[in-house]
Amino acid sequence: MIQEFKKIWKPYAIGLAWLMGLLWPLLGIHPDGTLSFDRTFTVWGYIAAGSFICLLIHLLNRSDAIQPVGQALSRLREQAARAAQRVPTQFWVGAALVLACLYPLFTGRYAQDVATNVLIYICLGLGLNIVVGLAGMLDLGYIAFYGVGAYTYALLNIHFGVSFWLSLPVAAALACIAGCIIGYPTLRMRGDYLAIVTLGFGEIVRIILNNWMTLTNGPNGLLGVKPPSIYIPNFDAGFSFELFYIKKLHFLYYIALALAIITIVAVRRLNFSRIGRAWESIREDETAAELMGVNTFLLKLLAYAMGALFAGLAGAFFCARMRFVSPESFTFIESAMVLSMVVLGGMGSIPGIMLGAAALIVLPEVFREFETYRMLVFGMAMVVMMLFRPAGLIPAKRMGTRSDDREG
Amino acid sequence: MDYFLQQLINGITLGGLYALIALGYTMVYGVIQLINFAHGEFFAAGGYVGVILLSYFTGRGYLDTHPVLCLTAAFALTMAYCAFLAIGVEKVAYKPLRRESRLSVLLSALGMSIFLTNALMLTQGVYDKAYPSELFQGGFQFGSVTISYLRVMILSMTVVLLIALNILVFRTKIGIAMRATAQDKIMSSLVSISSNRIISLTFGIGAGLAAAAGIMVGLYYGSVRYDMGFLPGIKAFAAAVLGGIGNITGAMLGGLIIGMVEIFGAGYISGQYKDVFAFIILIAVLYFKPTGIMGENIDDTRV
Repeated sequence: MIQEFKKIWKPYAIGLAWLMGLLWPLLGIHPDGTLSFDRTFTVWGYIAAGSFICLLIHLLNRSDAIQPVGQALSRLREQAARAAQRVPTQFWVGAALVLACLYPLFTGRYAQDVATNVLIYICLGLGLNIVVGLAGMLDLGYIAFYGVGAYTYALLNIHFGVSFWLSLPVAAALACIAGCIIGYPTLRMRGDYLAIVTLGFGEIVRIILNNWMTLTNGPNGLLGVKPPSIYIPNFDAGFSFELFYIKKLHFLYYIALALAIITIVAVRRLNFSRIGRAWESIREDETAAELMGVNTFLLKLLAYAMGALFAGLAGAFFCARMRFVSPESFTFIESAMVLSMVVLGGMGSIPGIMLGAAALIVLPEVFREFETYRMLVFGMAMVVMMLFRPAGLIPAKRMGTRSDDREG
Repeated sequence: MDYFLQQLINGITLGGLYALIALGYTMVYGVIQLINFAHGEFFAAGGYVGVILLSYFTGRGYLDTHPVLCLTAAFALTMAYCAFLAIGVEKVAYKPLRRESRLSVLLSALGMSIFLTNALMLTQGVYDKAYPSELFQGGFQFGSVTISYLRVMILSMTVVLLIALNILVFRTKIGIAMRATAQDKIMSSLVSISSNRIISLTFGIGAGLAAAAGIMVGLYYGSVRYDMGFLPGIKAFAAAVLGGIGNITGAMLGGLIIGMVEIFGAGYISGQYKDVFAFIILIAVLYFKPTGIMGENIDDTRV
């Protein structure tokens, strides 16, 4: 413990001094020509105390001082894992499904709203996972497809009165086409060139949505989108069907749940199919994949189209839930958020991404009490998560070694 | 014609500023193959520290008596501040992840960017902060084209910084060490170049340039905002990629092109879509030359 501390105190002290130097100009120099130190010291003191406690815990953990606790915990975890393995996977999936179905029965509006959000982002995350996790193409403009889906439904509904259910496939198809349009010119690019071009496309879509006043009503957005509707039989005056709009939150939750389940099943089937393996081969080594007879051109385009499809579905639902769309919802930060879910959860792993989506939506809600500090903590948490679990929360199991591992 | 000349000067000014920011992206990419998403925040921090220092000087009354000295001090201190900020960020958020996959570093950078934006917002407030406006009044008059002193200052400052950087990278020992590290980390460490130190230095220099651009943008537009780093950040990134990422001359060229395209697009086609033109040019160029204008044929680096 003392040994460990001796090794670490110097960089720690330098770090704190560094922080002081960075903090003071922002807090201590005033425009009226005065200098002050008290506010800087208060903030710095809090940070120093907090980080010192974290450091102590870390050191205790390192030097095995709390080993008994850790051992007991790991033994418990092992036992739990062994017990869980005895029950077939289908049981766990079924249990999760039942829980998800029963969820609205014993929760309030707020919790349902958050859960619906999580489900939408699960769709988005899994869609992006096809492009980034499976095909290995970094896409920073993914939210554009979400926007295409949302605006498709909004415009169809407002101008032509098309119902949600009919718009859903149309939105998916249009998003697919948008994916191909964006995918086609970028197919020759690799790595970071691809990243900036997709980012550029995402921004172009957002700016067009923002400025094409006659079609999209610009930054004011489109109001008056109808929620999803169903026909329910009505026996009052003979037998007829009555149009019923699903405005209640828990009905919307079930629609989101259905969409999410469809996405999960589809992505899983894709992942373990011929196409999924072809995508993974492209990710690992594109040249080798091409040599082995994988049609990289078509498959990369397909990856874009499939990823966009799920975003389009999610977008149409998002619009139906909000009954309003504006370009505000489709900024780069949203793309970054979805990408964070994929990477944080573990690229290519479906349960990981579900967990990542849940974490990134629920965490800011938990921090809501801190109001202004929310995003600050969120940014910090992202960095810390990456430092401690760079491969994601539930990393996907991979066959063999990747070329990155060898480069070192 | 006058309109054209005016726009040309506007384009060169903006292009120079983009080039300054783009250099940070491209240098960092050259050394550790990371898209430093927090780079735009160094630019914003530069704008803020600049306004803090300049208004402090105004408050003390120094700015009226020694304007040149104050401005020089503000530039120097701000650049140093951002250099230290960038080095700190690198040590905390990127260095421990150097062996991990590139996406996890990217995400760490993204988190850092969110963190820094919000730190600026919390310490400086959500409203615009105004630069002291009495610094540069008037300008040169060429026929009907006016070039304000401010713009002359920005242009000459940009040129000086770019030349200084070129000398640093291509003529000094530090520059040789930097280029060696960019080419091969293991080999350069074998000839006793400390790659950690070079990486810190690269971050520092890149952030310093961005900070200078931040002050100049603040002076030019008269105010700064906590989220001002985002859009110039991604456009400068686009400029760096357009020129061929990792290539210093390319970043300067790319910045100039993006700035020109933006100004001329806004002036002659449509002001609303000015951000679109830059990206369309970027996509068009990359479609025909997927590694940028001056980029070498990089081996297939993946995410």
